[in-house]
Amino acid sequence: MPNAEDLRAALLTLRLAVTVTALLLLIGTPIAWWLARTKSWLKGPVGAIVSLPLVLPPTVIGFYMLLAMGPWGPIGKLTDALGWGPLPFTFSGVVLASVVYSMPFVVQPIQNAFEAMGERPMEVAQTLGAHPLFAFFTVAVPIAKPGFITAAILGFAHTIGEFGVVLMIGGNIPGKTRLISVQIYDHVEAMEYARAHWLAGGMLVFSFLILLALYSRRKGRFDG
Amino acid sequence: MLSMRTLVACLLTFLALVAPANAGGKVTIAAAADLKFAMDEIAAEFRKAHADDQVEVVYGSSGKFHTQIQQGAPFDIFFSADVNFARELKAAGQAVTEPKLYAIGRIVLWSATRDASKLALTDLADPAIKKIAIANPEHAPYGKRAEEALKATGMWDKVQDKLVFGENIAQTAQYAQSGAADIGIVALSLAVNQELASKGGYSPVPTDLHSPLEQAYVVTKHGEDNELAFAFASYMTTEAARHIMTQYGFVLPGETAQN
Repeated sequence: MPNAEDLRAALLTLRLAVTVTALLLLIGTPIAWWLARTKSWLKGPVGAIVSLPLVLPPTVIGFYMLLAMGPWGPIGKLTDALGWGPLPFTFSGVVLASVVYSMPFVVQPIQNAFEAMGERPMEVAQTLGAHPLFAFFTVAVPIAKPGFITAAILGFAHTIGEFGVVLMIGGNIPGKTRLISVQIYDHVEAMEYARAHWLAGGMLVFSFLILLALYSRRKGRFDG
Repeated sequence: MLSMRTLVACLLTFLALVAPANAGGKVTIAAAADLKFAMDEIAAEFRKAHADDQVEVVYGSSGKFHTQIQQGAPFDIFFSADVNFARELKAAGQAVTEPKLYAIGRIVLWSATRDASKLALTDLADPAIKKIAIANPEHAPYGKRAEEALKATGMWDKVQDKLVFGENIAQTAQYAQSGAADIGIVALSLAVNQELASKGGYSPVPTDLHSPLEQAYVVTKHGEDNELAFAFASYMTTEAARHIMTQYGFVLPGETAQN
């Protein structure tokens, strides 16, 4: 049976995934909107930067994050000046790294939805006198809703599946940075296979259910 | 027809290029992370005398290698930071030689941000020290000894909230080196490496605070018929190899440690 420490790791992982998904929807939506609408030459470079985590090994992100958040790095100096203290080995640090790491999984579905919608709905709304921001929330967001749901599911799932970045900047602290993935790794190394099975099997079922929800939705989108 | 022939020629050239250039032997060594720098040098020396052979060294935590070798990982020799992992492999029939002691390790306090040479374990309660990196005691021998030493000095409970855990001793040193952890309890063999030695000082943790870090190697079942594996194993007892090990702060079998 999973013990208290395993449950703690599971709850922490959920908390991280919820926090990161919420933050990513907040930050990712304006980026996706801009990427979908802009004609600026910056579209290419910004799109590429957002998508980098898709191709980069987690060790690259983990390595640069650790250096950036350390006492001599730009983020480390900033958090120090603000009196927040250093970010490595903290929950906030893992949140920050996860936001970067899961960004493309949230931005791309929303951007695709906005692009598929085209310019027309927003133009019509504004012709009818709607404030652009009002039109965005009452017209664009409802139309792009399937994109938002896909984005939230993918961002959530990808954060839960994180390992390399957390291993490099987390420091494996119970209740703060010891996520399920790290806990499983420790169980395997300590040869506690029974405990590893509980968590690993649980993750397998959980991840399957999430993806099942996603793919069942995708199929249904064209019906409704 | 000609294009077919060209294609075949290209393919053969390609195969010739990717195929191993020499017909020599190959040995793959799994080494505990504390050996990183010492073993790099020893392997380099060994290669000089075995130009036709391939010598590969992989570093990681002893616990991980132990698990992997149990599962049939293709390592020929296993240098464990803890003799017990080597003994267990022998008992499980996964090793073909008796565990041979090759060194005794030391743990030291090291820091990139302050002069650790003036610090002792009891100073770690200082509120200015916010994060202390140790290797994961669950499966890394150096982490286990760090835990023992902290418990022996009555510090374990006091520093509980400051501890961060590296996957192996090299990652632990890297946590401290990046400054992300204020101080680390790392292997002496890593602290004397140029990268670390150029930055902060270190202070050895007295050996009577923890059980000895007896390190041993075995030739694995996979390496049973590999002559090169046995050649490397016996190379460890040569003067050249022992000299390198001593330079990295290891106490060798048959010598006495100074506290």
